[in-house]
Formats: sequence, C-alpha cells, structure tokens
Amino acid sequence: MKFSVSWLKEHLDTAAGAAAIADAATNIGLEVESIDDKAAKLAAFTVARVVSAEPHPNADRLRVCRVDTGKEVVQVVCGAPNARAGLTGVFAPPGTWIPGSDFALKIATIRGVESRGMLCSERELQLSEEHDGIIELGGDFAPGMPAATALGLNDAVIDVAVTPNRGDCTSVHGVARDLAAANLGVLKLRPPSSTPGKFESPVRASLDFPSGKENACPLFAGRVVRGLRNGPSPQWLQERLKSAGLRPISALVDVTNYVSHGWGRPLHAFDAAKLQGHMRARFARQGETILALDGKEYALDPEMTVIADDAAPRSIGGVMGGDDSGCTEATTEIFLESALFDPVRTARTGRMLGIVSDARYRFERGVDPEFVIPGLELATQLILEICGGEASALAVAGRVPEWRRHIRFDPAEVNRLGGFHLADTEIAAILKRLGFELRDSGPFEVIPPSWRADVHDKADLVEEVVRIHGLGKVPATPMSRPYAIARPVTTEPQRGASLARRALAARGFAEAVHYSFIPRAHAAMFGGGDDGRQLENPISADLDSLRPSLMPSLLAAASRNQARGLAHVRLFELGVQFESGIPGAQSQVAAGIRAGEPPRHWRRAVVQPDAFAAKADALAALDAVWTGASSVPVKTGAAPWYHPGRSGTIATGPKPLAWFGELHPRMSAAFDLKGPVSLFEIFLDAIPAAKARSSKSRPKLEASDLMPLTRDFAFVVDGKVTADQVVKAARSADRKLIEAVELFDVYQGSGVAEGKKSLAIAVTIQPRERTLTEAEIEAIAQKIVSTVAKATGGVLRS
Amino acid sequence: MQQIAAAPDGRALEDLRVGALGKKGTIAELLKTLGGMSPEQRKIQGPLFNGLRDRAAEAIATRKRQLDDEALEARLMTERVDVTLPAPEIPEGSIHPVSHVRDELIAIFADLDFRVAEGPDVETDEYNFSKLNIPPEHPARQMHDTFYLKPQPDGARTLLRTHTSPVQVRTMLAQKPPIRIIAPGRTYRRDYDATHSPMFHQVEGLVVDSETHLGHLKWILEEFCKAFFELPAIGMRLRPSYFPFTEPSMEVDIQCDRSGGQIRFGEGRDWMEIAGAGMVHPRVLEMCGVDPEHYQGYAFGFGIDRLAMLKYGIPDLRPFFESDLRWLRHYGFAALDVAALHESLSQ
Repeated sequence: MKFSVSWLKEHLDTAAGAAAIADAATNIGLEVESIDDKAAKLAAFTVARVVSAEPHPNADRLRVCRVDTGKEVVQVVCGAPNARAGLTGVFAPPGTWIPGSDFALKIATIRGVESRGMLCSERELQLSEEHDGIIELGGDFAPGMPAATALGLNDAVIDVAVTPNRGDCTSVHGVARDLAAANLGVLKLRPPSSTPGKFESPVRASLDFPSGKENACPLFAGRVVRGLRNGPSPQWLQERLKSAGLRPISALVDVTNYVSHGWGRPLHAFDAAKLQGHMRARFARQGETILALDGKEYALDPEMTVIADDAAPRSIGGVMGGDDSGCTEATTEIFLESALFDPVRTARTGRMLGIVSDARYRFERGVDPEFVIPGLELATQLILEICGGEASALAVAGRVPEWRRHIRFDPAEVNRLGGFHLADTEIAAILKRLGFELRDSGPFEVIPPSWRADVHDKADLVEEVVRIHGLGKVPATPMSRPYAIARPVTTEPQRGASLARRALAARGFAEAVHYSFIPRAHAAMFGGGDDGRQLENPISADLDSLRPSLMPSLLAAASRNQARGLAHVRLFELGVQFESGIPGAQSQVAAGIRAGEPPRHWRRAVVQPDAFAAKADALAALDAVWTGASSVPVKTGAAPWYHPGRSGTIATGPKPLAWFGELHPRMSAAFDLKGPVSLFEIFLDAIPAAKARSSKSRPKLEASDLMPLTRDFAFVVDGKVTADQVVKAARSADRKLIEAVELFDVYQGSGVAEGKKSLAIAVTIQPRERTLTEAEIEAIAQKIVSTVAKATGGVLRS
Repeated sequence: MQQIAAAPDGRALEDLRVGALGKKGTIAELLKTLGGMSPEQRKIQGPLFNGLRDRAAEAIATRKRQLDDEALEARLMTERVDVTLPAPEIPEGSIHPVSHVRDELIAIFADLDFRVAEGPDVETDEYNFSKLNIPPEHPARQMHDTFYLKPQPDGARTLLRTHTSPVQVRTMLAQKPPIRIIAPGRTYRRDYDATHSPMFHQVEGLVVDSETHLGHLKWILEEFCKAFFELPAIGMRLRPSYFPFTEPSMEVDIQCDRSGGQIRFGEGRDWMEIAGAGMVHPRVLEMCGVDPEHYQGYAFGFGIDRLAMLKYGIPDLRPFFESDLRWLRHYGFAALDVAALHESLSQ
C-alpha cells in the first residue's frame, strides 16, 4: 500500500514529516517497507541560473559558467552542450554527494580553471538515465530554492505492508484513520454529499442469488452518467496515482482508482453503450466465459459471482471487469457500479482464475459495508467535475448487511493478557479514537466500527489497545523458574540423535541437511516414488517425491562433490525418511557414505570405503546411542541398493537396526560416482528403549589381580563358515575362564586347501581364584579346539 | 684406575675388570695373599686390599654407566625422524550450522524448562491451518504457499507443514497446562529464490499457563536474543503485526548496524526482523481443548537457518542444503563444540 505524504494529508491534518509518519505507522502495526523521500535525498541541490557561459581557454568542449546560486555567483566549469547563459538548472555546491555518480564533489581545477560546484544532469540525480545535457528547469524558479521543489519531487512516498486482517488499511483514508487514533494528527472527514439524479437510471440493478447464498453480494448499487467526455485526467489526479505506483489511463478509470486507493471503495465503470438491458449480480452459469480487462479469456463456474447484463457476464464480481464493456476515449455514457462482494468467495474466484487485482486485494480483505453508497456518490461527483455530463438517480438492490457485533469487554483483560495497567478511561479513549462504540463501563459493551470486520473478541480488543498504547511501553516481566536448577528437556530418542550426530562428525563425516523431497526416479530406486508420496505441486519436477531413504540425497551430494574435484567424500545426514504420505509415517535415520578413493598417506594406513569401514561407522554410531550395540548379531545382505555379498544387516529382531556395506555397482553408475563407495543407514526409531532405571549406580567392577594369559589358535575351516561362528564356539568352550576371543587373521592361499580358509583367534583366559597350572591351561586349549571343531568343522592348522 | 676411567668401550672395560677383579685378576691374587699373612699383617693389609677392590669395582661401574649413556646417546642420534611428515589422518568431520544452532536454542530454553517437542513433517489441513484459526479461504493462507501431497489411497489430503505451529496444537491436545515447549523442525513453503528455500527450519515456542502475559513474552525474547547473540545488551523493537493464531501479534526486530557491508548486532540504528510472536489466540486454545477463560500464554517462532545466517555471517540460504563439502567444513562446527550455557554456545 503506497501513498505520498501529500495524499495522506488530504485525509490527515498533521504537521508530521515523512519520517515521523513512517515511525508512527510502524509502531501501530502498519509496517513501513520503504520511504522514497527524494526531497531528503536531494536536500543539498538547489536551483541556479547560468549568468554567463564562456568557452574554456584550454578545452574546446568545456565552458566556464558564472552561476547565480541565489546566495552568490560562483564559477563552474561545465561540459554539457546545453550549458548557456539564461538556463535555469540544478546546482550542487562542493561537498555534495552526487548519488548518480557515487562521489562527493570537491572544488576542482579543470584544465587550469577553478570550478566551485556542478550543474547536474538527470542521471547524476538518479532521476533518469538522461546524461546528454544538464537539467533545464521549465518555469520560473528562483535561484536558491530546493531543487526537489522545482522538480516536483518534494512529496515523499511511503510504502506500507498491510497485514491480511487489515482490509480497512488498504486505503489512504484507512491509514490516516489509524494514524489519527495514534494521535499523529486529526482525521479529515469528508462532508457527506449526494448528487440528486437528473433522471431515473435507465439501467436497473438487481440481485439474483439462490436462497441462502445472498451473502455473495448483499448490496449492489449503480447509476448512469451520460453526456460525459472521457480523456486524460487532470494533472493532480495523475500525480496522485503515479505516486502510488498506479498508471493513469483515462479520467473515468482514474477516478475509480482514486476512490479505490484513497477510500478503499472499489468501483467499476461500464460503457453503458455496450451494455444490453439491465444489470444484475448473480452466479456465473456453467460454460460462461468472459474476456477480462487484462485481455485474457476466463472460464467461469457457478460458484463465481458476476455482474451481468441481459446478454452475458460483464464483470467478475470483485475481481475484474470485462473487456468488451470497458470504457474508452469514446465513452460518453457509463453505468457506475458499487457493490459488496463476499470476501471468501472473491478470494476463491481470484485464486481459481489466477487473477491478482486491486479490487480482489480489497474485497478479499473486507471492505467497509457502509461505504458502498458514499463511495459511489464520491466517484459521481468527481466524474461530473472532470468529465461533465449528468447523473441519474441511484439504482440500488439489496441493503447494507448487519455488521454490528457486541463484545463484552472487561478492561481488566488488558492487564491479564498485556501484563500492564492502563486506566479504564484510557482504554476507552483508545477504542473510541479507533471508531469503536462503547457502552456501559466496568465491563464495556463494545461495537467495532463497520470497517473493522476483523475484530471479534476480547483478545482482539486487547490488541487494539496495546498497539495504539505502544508495544514498546509494555514492561518486560521475568518468567518464573519452575526448578531452581534446570532439568533435562530432551527425550531419550532426541538425546540419541544428538549423540549419533556427534559420533559421526567425530569419525570425520561432514553433516549434511538435504531436502525431504527428491526426484521421483531416485525415489523409485529406493523403494519409493508411489503416488501417495508424490507432491501435487512440486517447486520443480525433480523435487517432487518424498524421500523413502536418505541415501539418494547423500549419493547425489557425493556425486556433485566429486564433480567439483573432491575425490573422497564423507557425508552423513540425520533426518527423516517417509514411509507414506500420511502424518506420522516417517522415521528418523542416521545415514552416511564414504565415496571415492581416500587421500593417499605415506604410512598407507588409510581407511578404504569398504564393507568393514561401513560396519565400523554403523557400529560407532549405534554404540553412541545404545548400550547393546556391541553384542548385536550381524547377517549378510541389506537393502537392494547395497552390494548383495558385501553388506550386512544389524538386527535383534525382524526390524533392522542398521544396514551397512558397499554400494551396489548399478547405483554407483546411476549416480555417476567414482571409486569405491561404502554406506550405512541406522534406523534410530528401531533402537530398543533403555529400561527405566531407578538408579544410575553401576555394577561393581570385577578386575582380577591374577594375570590373564593369551593363547593363539589358527583353524582351517570351510570357506562358508563365518568368523562369528568360530569366535562364538571358542567363547563357549569355557564361559567362566575365557574372557575374550579376538579374531586377528584371515588367510587363504598356499598351505590352505582350495575352498578353505584359516582363521586365527587370540583367546584371553582370565584365572578367577588362583593361578592356573599348565595342565589346566592345556585342558582349556583342548576344549577350545574340540568345541570349534564340533561347531564349525574347523581343524587346528598345523 | 686411570685405565678404567679411560676404557674406550665396554669390551676394554670388561677386560680390565677381569684383569683386576676376575678369579685370576690382580686384586684377586692380592686378596689370596692375605691367607699367608700373620694376623697383625692381615689386620693392616686386609682393609687395604678390600678398599682397593671396592674402589676398582666402583670405578668400573661408573665407567660402565658412562659408556652406556654415551652408547644410548649415540643410538638416539641415529633414530631421528622427519617430524614434519603428516600424521595419520585426523578426521575433519563437522556438524551442520542448523544442527548447532538448534542445539544452542535448546540449551538456552532448557534453562527455563522448555521441553523439546517434535511433530510430523506431513500434516493435515486441520493441524496446519484450521486448528490454528486459519479457515479455508483465509487470506493468511496466501502467506503460506503450501506443498500438497497427491490424494492418499483413502482420499485424505495431506500437506507438508508450512510452520512448526502444528506441534503447538498436538502438544495442547496431548497435555494439560502448564506447558512450556520449543518445537524445532523442518518446514516447507513453495518458494525458491536467493532468500527462500522450499525447505527451511523453524523453532516454535509455546507457553500456556494461568498467568503468562505479554510482559513475559517481551522478557523471554530479550533474554533469548542476549543469550543467543552472546551480547550483554541488545536493543529490541516489537511491532504490532498479524498472525491468525496469536492475538495480540507482533514481529520482533533487533538492533543492528549494517554499515560497511556487514551486520553487527547490539549496536547501530538499523533494525533486523528475527521473529514473529504473540499471545496464543483464545480460539486456538479453545480448539485445542484449553479453556481460554482460565489459561493463556504466548507463542513465538524463529527461523533457525536465519538465526544461523545472522549469528555466523553466512551470506546465503540456498547452500545450506547443497552439501558442498567446502561449505560444510567452512561453516560447520567441530564434533565436540557442544552448545552449553556454562561454557559458551559456540567456539
């Protein structure tokens, strides 16, 4: 909502300047987005007259001018071809910041001649791109007066962001009314006026809505004005509209725009010569179309209100007029319409048709129902003044709907919700200044004014009082502390996610955050891409599918990084994946990848992105979150995007806790990844909840004073036997004395038969009560060999 | 004795030891002669010979230590490595600024017992809009350019939440006042340009009890901004505004200085918008099963990404989600840089 200060002052009697107006507006909730105050920007520039212009002694294209600045006559060297004696232009004294050239002017010597100032072009003042010569001011302006005044730029333009609830502030008058309530000035009331009809309106207005839907348009008024001349509107009107960013079109259109922008009353002028018969407000009929003023054809539906003549819809109610009944330069007779359209229906129509218009903007926020007729009268007067002609009597259908609401309002609510004390009389005074009617006292009975359809209950009234009184005056009040010392505020899963995040970052992974939506083709490769997870209105075709896994985002990110020349990428994300498109069908996952050859190191001890790197990553993250991680079983194979033989699933039950492994070569190709890729996914929501403990006390440490001893064994087993089977078997040989079994070597090749492998384990035996004898140790060793042989068929390697 | 002190190496010293103290060594031979002496003579010569033996042994031991030390020194001199060679890899992982800032927010609000609440990203119209006092066709819906999902198998129409406010609704429906929560999370709007991303992060705060008023809201906003920006004081301006789910509503600006192409907070004369806030609308309380005659409270919302940008001078929003490793490492946080009020929120 843009307006110039002088337009505002048509409605508000105030001495305040642009800056004070803007501050006041922002403080009462009309946020000023910008002030375009050319007068302030150009304050240093003044009108000056060139007394004489002589050729420069040392330069052909320069002139030495003597310039009357109003205060003195100074010498200025000027290169403009139009610099000549008698010219009135714009002068900048030394020290002035020249906005269009971005430098501060200094006293200069140009080719040996001193120059004390500058005569400016339009570009130097940032008024236009014109730079062929200096500004020539037409008209009689005295040297020394502000240049902005001479240029007609002394009217600052303020742009206010009006919140959607404040339909009443979509006009200059509405803004003035609010500012007046904040004591910035006195609202100027328009003297009520009405133009008596010289004749009966030959076009009748009627309402034609099915019962129960009359609120689509409860009031429709109009009148005919004939014998008028349309043409360009007068200068003052054009200036007003231009200051608000509106384009002057013709007197008739400009008047309706002036009343709409100035008073918040949208109107439409039909060329009466192009209408057939009478006008009615009704719903559009199935199949009806209209060519609107924007030159586009719109198909209407029966939920849309139109103003139609006997033949066809001529305007989309509250949204836009029709092209073939629009006013032109040749128009001599109009039907001027002023109606009240339902905000919700207008919003729907505008949205369905995709039309953004000034009328829709106002109607969908709600216009003042009491201003339908006064607005029509105001426009009539202006049209008669500017275009001549004579007006008919009003044609009115329907009436102003009941808008009065009674709100019981205890002024103590201001204290209850606002937390500060304000006298009842002050509360009442603020509401009255805003146009609210107050009855009774103690609890007031409050009736909001006709233009405030947004005010419904006590809280709304508190807001009115607070914003006019000033939010800045509300005293800050410390909140109570429920506990003297803060208590934990996160849940166990929240804490777990945080620990997993730090564990992975500590392992050298960079945390990424990716969109929840991915290309459908990617989703389909990871078990998604179904319709239920598709966005109906994606921002682009490749962000259209809720991700079924975090992995495609990570693979795509790794690929992008490789394309930028980063050969080795370690990324993880902790976020949601979606099982379907219904609320709650999502789970928290920590996923990561190592992609590409790791950087070489002189010690050659780099971690290769293989299944075991992935296993270590997965276990490290799992271990950070969950105490059971060290003993959980691992099985071969994971999801289809993993290498089937080089991947594993960590699970205690049917639901996997984690997948890890190498990337399936087909995925690697699909994402254009180079080098080996290992990956893991940890399903945080599947991790069993820790048992509630009444105490954080730990079990007693059992650390024997007796020296543990270690014995190594190498077993030759069948190639299909897993390491886990051998370790478990060895462990079970003596549950009491065997403390740990570590696998430390795997060997295949010379000395080991084809299809077999050698697994070497180190068994730690911890004596419990006394030192073991050689015979006892030998017995345990024999037991280990026999148990492993029985469980896996392994034989001790000789 | 001189020979001992000058023995060039261990072997020569051993030879000297054998020559002097060995079974047939000179001192051993001398000691043997004691047996053939008279008691008087023995009394005189005994201590003499024994003293000689002890001094020789002492001298040999001393020389041996000297030689060992020299040998060790000499070996160490040959065992030098080039310490400028790179160490085995030091993992350079990082935490995303959004995660770190969320942790900062949690640390700050935890101090006043705000519990961390979460909700689903996919929401119903009812929770995202209707129960927040945004009925269909409400003009405020235009402020939320909403992503909708295709109709579900059962015909249900779902959407991606446009704000974290549905967590307010879910919390109030599940829990009786008093309520103090913050709800950080992903949010979505159909908007993509230099300052908008179709996905971003918000944190919502909600307090509902029988006494909390606008003054408390103002206080928490001031305290939060000081704590978050780690400044002793920061100017704040509350501007009346409009949100359908709060009444009165306001936007929160903080004092800043934009001169010199950089934003500094806590100084200067400019304002920077950082939050929306207000008293929870009585209709929202009512729709969420809380009696507005007995309970009241406030709600506020910050953009987490925006807070990260402002505090850490990150110029652009879009790279947050593009996973350029160079960006992640540059703007990310160390794994153990844990946000905590008792230390500092960040390094």
